[in-house]
Amino acid sequence: MRITLNGQPAQVPEGATAEQLVELQGLTSTICAVEINQSLVPKADRAGRVIEPDDKIEIVTLVGGG
Amino acid sequence: MTTATPTAADPTLEPLTIGARRFDSHLILGTGKYPDNETMSRALDASGCEVVTVAVRRDRLVNDKGESLLDAIDLDRYTILPNTAGCFSAEDAVRVSRLGRDILEQLGNPGASWVKLEVLGDKKTLLPDPAGTLEACRELVSDGFEVLCYTSDDPIAALRLQEAGATSVMPAGSPIGTGRGISNPSNISLCLELLKQIDASYPVIVDAGVGQSSDVSVAMELGADGVLMNTGVAHAKEPVLMAHAMRHACLAGQQSYLAGRIQKRRYATASSPWEGNVAYIPGE
Repeated sequence: MRITLNGQPAQVPEGATAEQLVELQGLTSTICAVEINQSLVPKADRAGRVIEPDDKIEIVTLVGGG
Repeated sequence: MTTATPTAADPTLEPLTIGARRFDSHLILGTGKYPDNETMSRALDASGCEVVTVAVRRDRLVNDKGESLLDAIDLDRYTILPNTAGCFSAEDAVRVSRLGRDILEQLGNPGASWVKLEVLGDKKTLLPDPAGTLEACRELVSDGFEVLCYTSDDPIAALRLQEAGATSVMPAGSPIGTGRGISNPSNISLCLELLKQIDASYPVIVDAGVGQSSDVSVAMELGADGVLMNTGVAHAKEPVLMAHAMRHACLAGQQSYLAGRIQKRRYATASSPWEGNVAYIPGE
């Protein structure tokens, strides 16, 4: 299934959840936040949020900034 | 070189109060643009700051040296203030604020309810968009955020943000990263006067433009409650030494403000008595 992940085209298995996407990206142990179609998916809701075709997903973390 | 580490602040001075939280240090440091994380950690330590700003970005989980920011910041020591740097619309700033809050809640850091709101109007000047900033500020306040709001040094724009519920208004000394110091002290002074009309303890933090330690002293001598900086330390030749300087300058400026400066005069007034003077005085 085709999605957009951090601005790039990407594929995820049908029925995958936001939590599984984080795992597939190898970010299980990383502190990050997930947004789908410009709405935050809080950490607690990731496992219950199934990804739909053409979802635009952002995975973000904290970096140095002023 | 070794430098003696002073205490974070003079304990006899008022703490910096932002919402319900109090800090001995009146400096807030950014975490961007340091040569490496080790230098950043030492600079943060040298500055005595207790609050640091961070940015929210796509999964750049490690920097170009393979280092993660979160490994370099002691989360038990510092309150993390996530920013919305790089946002040019209220809508994006609100999105980024929510993403930052989710991360800080996972970290259990007290900065989770905070956001340093920046809504920029132009990439070249990085000057704030006053309309977008006000719109985002209102929405974030209604969403439960404590908004520390970056704005220009326009006193009326600052007042409107306070009225919109900003926890702190943070007028710019000069544009971000320019190092030009406090370009318009009169405006900063007016911002302070207007923002403190109702509540003298309302926190006003000068944000951006610091290039050298005296800039921090000037801001504090005007009566600011704190100063937020990043490039002035991170891009100094010796960031750790500059951070020390900023710490001293902040304390000096605060004490100078509280001590109450003398009035400026047109003519000189002698410090030594005229009485008993053995010398010839022209005109007498």
